[in-house]
Amino acid sequence: MPSHDFLPSEQPVQLLDQDGRRVEDPEHEFPADEAMLRAHEALVVGRRVNEQAYALVRQGRLAVYPSSYGQEACEVAAALVLADQDWLFPTYRDVVSIIGRGVDPVETLTLLKGDWHCGYDPTEHRVAPQTTPLATQLIHAVGVAHAATLRGEDTVVMAMCGDGATSEGDFHEALNFAAVFKAPVVFFVQNNEYAISVPLARQTVAPSLAHKAVGYGMPGERVDGNDVAALLSVLGTAVDAARSGAGPSLVEAHTYRMQAHTNADDATRYRQDDEVEKWQGRDPLLRSEAYLTGRGLLTDERSASISARAEAVATVMRDGLMQDVAPDPADLFDHVYATPTPQLREQAAFLADELSREGVS
Amino acid sequence: MAEHEKITMAQAFNQALRDAMTADESVLMFGEDVGALGGVFRVTDGLNAEFGDARCFDTPLAESGIMGLAVGLAMNGMRPVVEMQFDAFAYPAFEQIVSHVAKMRNRTRGALTMPITIRVPYAGGIGGVEHHCDSSEAYYAHTPGLTVVAPATVADAYTLMRGAIASPDPVVVLEPKKLYWSKDEVDLDEAQPGIGRAVVRREGTDATLIAYGTSVPIALEAADAAAAEGRSLQVVDVRSIVPFDDETVCAAVRSTGRAVVVAEAAGFASVSSEIVARVTERCFHHLAAPVRRVTGFDIPYPPPKLEHLHLPSVDRVLDAVDDLQWDDV
Ligand SMILES: Cc1ncc(C[n+]2csc(CCOP(=O)(O)OP(=O)(O)O)c2C)c(N)n1
Ligand SMILES: [Mg+2]
Repeated sequence: MPSHDFLPSEQPVQLLDQDGRRVEDPEHEFPADEAMLRAHEALVVGRRVNEQAYALVRQGRLAVYPSSYGQEACEVAAALVLADQDWLFPTYRDVVSIIGRGVDPVETLTLLKGDWHCGYDPTEHRVAPQTTPLATQLIHAVGVAHAATLRGEDTVVMAMCGDGATSEGDFHEALNFAAVFKAPVVFFVQNNEYAISVPLARQTVAPSLAHKAVGYGMPGERVDGNDVAALLSVLGTAVDAARSGAGPSLVEAHTYRMQAHTNADDATRYRQDDEVEKWQGRDPLLRSEAYLTGRGLLTDERSASISARAEAVATVMRDGLMQDVAPDPADLFDHVYATPTPQLREQAAFLADELSREGVS
Repeated sequence: MAEHEKITMAQAFNQALRDAMTADESVLMFGEDVGALGGVFRVTDGLNAEFGDARCFDTPLAESGIMGLAVGLAMNGMRPVVEMQFDAFAYPAFEQIVSHVAKMRNRTRGALTMPITIRVPYAGGIGGVEHHCDSSEAYYAHTPGLTVVAPATVADAYTLMRGAIASPDPVVVLEPKKLYWSKDEVDLDEAQPGIGRAVVRREGTDATLIAYGTSVPIALEAADAAAAEGRSLQVVDVRSIVPFDDETVCAAVRSTGRAVVVAEAAGFASVSSEIVARVTERCFHHLAAPVRRVTGFDIPYPPPKLEHLHLPSVDRVLDAVDDLQWDDV
């Protein structure tokens, strides 16, 4: 394949403009009405999840929350384009994607609540544990995909990371491995302009992050990260290509982190409010809502049922997180090895004894 | 006893890999130059030809990538065996090992497990230039979730490798480069103690030498030399650094009342210091002298022309034994 075929478009693919009007683009298929309605519903739920999580942090119920507020279109599209047999590899910021894949919201938030590390069974919905060491999960995604290829299975893997993570060595190793093994992986970068406080200009001087694909011999594409229609289209095409045996690709979504890195961060130290305001008008929810309303698809009934679903998810989160489930100290020793070593058995007995004496006194 | 051909330790590792791959289709062997070449030490010799590109293959040159690929393969039902070409070239894989290989079971409360074998040709004594002779066992042994073994005999090379591949948990197999070409006549089918067990290699009554990997032959040689001088030294081969066999090691030390730990890694914050601490905590009232250590110096591994000054030698071991307060009794 000539290398120019790997090059991303000059501008990010956009199918809906800021006001929710369709942008003509003969190369990218616009999603069907029902797909748009489902995506809008997921967006409303995703926004509600972010708002509820923010409230739960303030109530001391979550230790920390890296919000995807403003990035929900990326979050929901990444989950929606996958089939049951596919895998999703999320980062710490991708709670909305994980819930979108069907994982229980309370189990999803276990890590950020602090009861355990990963609170869900990754094999149940084929969602890897949320990964914090940047970019390290991308290479696991290649391994999962390669195992599927070796067994002749029809699995595609969606491997997510942020713009900052593209500077890590594992980003490079993962893309190169995927290309060499022709692994069915879609690398999906949410470029939200910041890695904590550090702007993209400090990470790279490449024309775009999607351009990096060319160096690995795979196609790169850029997409408006606040346009759920464009995301469904571009990511859907990438997943289809991977499934058909065409190998991996890289998709960069251009979006913006509307809130601080986490609740513990102070974004005023490194960026101006007017920059944030500029992005408020590009909210992904406003766009899909305007489009669907304009087409008469978002009836009052549908709107009400969507809101009800979002409220139901928020209620599940609140109820689940308001409960104090005492973590089991035995868990500390039970899962280090399949069979605890003699040394761990001694240490478990020591702790059990200590706790029993504390309980008595 | 049936006659058996003499084979080298490298051949024993090779046979273990071949037998494990034959027994279980999910076992995959990959790394750098492990395909057509058969590995720079020939440990994977013939596996690519026998099992094909899908089962034994070369990867791009990237150790973190190799280890991360193993994590993903293990998440999806495979039993990967990876070769790190040399001890000091495993460091790029360290983050994947520490943050994922070692923690995945714990992170997911057993929902995802990592039956991965990490083969690391380790240690010196081969005249290798910089970055080819590190003893990196302490890094791995310090990481909860990893099992770490260091075979010293041809029979153990086979047994511990089979055990590692069969293990439901990740195992680092430290392959002593210096001993790859050591030969022995062994019956590979004969059951050896598994991972987690130390063995007494030589009986003795006056003092116990505790060693693993490359240091076991030194300890045995020292015991021979001591015997000629009328001192009876027992030799314990640790074999399994993690889990550590406190029971066997401590029973041995209690039986003699004196101990020297021999290991070529730098001594500071090392496996040898851990062994001294464990033995002292558990055997204090049986000890006639403080437990001594013979280790490498706390220096970067020296160049070939100086390595003999760094490595534990028979003489140093005998000097340490002489120092075990024999006159105080
Ligand atoms: C290997 C590693 N180094 C540093 C960190 C600390 N850290 C956490 S998030 C982050 C910024 C990542 O930015 P980006 O990849 O753009 O993702 P975003 O947080 O914007 O979603 C940093 C530096 C980490 N988690 N892992
Ligand atoms: Mg970012």
